Amino acid sequence: MSLVFAGICSHAPGITGRAAMADAALREPLYAAYQRMREQLLATHPDALVVVAAEHFANFFMNNMPSFAIGMADRYHGPIEDPDWLRIARTTIPGNAALSNRLIQEVMQTVDVAFAEEWKFDHGIMVPLNFLTPNYDLPVIPVNINCQGPPLTPLHRAWAFGEALRRAADSVTERIALVGTGGISHWPATPDSGKINEAWDRELLARWVRNDKAALLSYSDRDTYRDAGQGGFEIRTFISVAAAARGRGHLQHYVPIPIFAVGCTVAVMDVAA
Amino acid sequence: MSLYQLQKFLYDINRDPSVQQQYRSELERLLDRYELTAEERGAIARGDVGLIYVLGANGQLLMHFAALLGMPWAAYIQAMRDGVAKHGPVRAGVYTMTTQMDDKVAGV
Repeated sequence: MSLVFAGICSHAPGITGRAAMADAALREPLYAAYQRMREQLLATHPDALVVVAAEHFANFFMNNMPSFAIGMADRYHGPIEDPDWLRIARTTIPGNAALSNRLIQEVMQTVDVAFAEEWKFDHGIMVPLNFLTPNYDLPVIPVNINCQGPPLTPLHRAWAFGEALRRAADSVTERIALVGTGGISHWPATPDSGKINEAWDRELLARWVRNDKAALLSYSDRDTYRDAGQGGFEIRTFISVAAAARGRGHLQHYVPIPIFAVGCTVAVMDVAA
Repeated sequence: MSLYQLQKFLYDINRDPSVQQQYRSELERLLDRYELTAEERGAIARGDVGLIYVLGANGQLLMHFAALLGMPWAAYIQAMRDGVAKHGPVRAGVYTMTTQMDDKVAGV
């Protein structure tokens, strides 16, 4: 049928894994924001949820790194991390291989994308799902943009990929929801973990909310690395969602939580024609 | 310098229980599969997270190896700081340290 929902959210593993180390006064409003996003998502009655994430060497490595990949299986497994570390139990997540196949074929009309009939979800997908579809009852189609192992795809290609996802979503009979996960500024898994550039985050989000393509694509990786850390490269997922939705965004939650290592973000975007 | 091989080892052990088992039971034979420098090999064998960090391993790989070694989050963060204090700045990759030794931006 069409794209029926678009949004973005944080996926940092600390959000679940280090929940007990966080101040509840910061943690609980974030969890409530995810819950609100879940309600908004379900209100659009999606048949499938496409999650555009930036994975962290769960499935793809520098021996053969695709810039873009889409899952094409009827079931997936996750989390690949130690469940005790992530505080999310191992489970099976439903997919839809036939739907993936149709989406992939349409995406391929303009963007070369790898497909994967096996995919172990890491925190980039599992943390959002833990809040958005905690019963794992909505088919998920995992999508990855390489934001980890340079060289990275240029931002304008992330935009083009988002446009391709939109065209693909509009080409199928199913109702498609789209969520991009990651970012924003962070220095994860280093001694800097917890460093957050709030001003940079808020500027990025302002550009995203007004869906300002030129401003979103104007970041260089050199500047992003300097100002937003290696985790900042994940803005590619947010950019692809803006390209797909074409509408105006609504920032519903942004609060830096250092022990979670990110400015915790939940936002949705109107799906425009 | 064989950072790729060092990271390949981390990738393999993070995702494959049989590699995790071999790390404990047949360490030398396991490490023979990778083209590692003596420094890299020694760091892996000792579980020296601080040195592996300084050698340039991507933190998204390293933090799971640290968890596998049983290191709580705070200990993992401190091990990287100790590695920099002992061996100097991170030598490669994009997971460098930009904070000071006592910054503890997240309280750990």
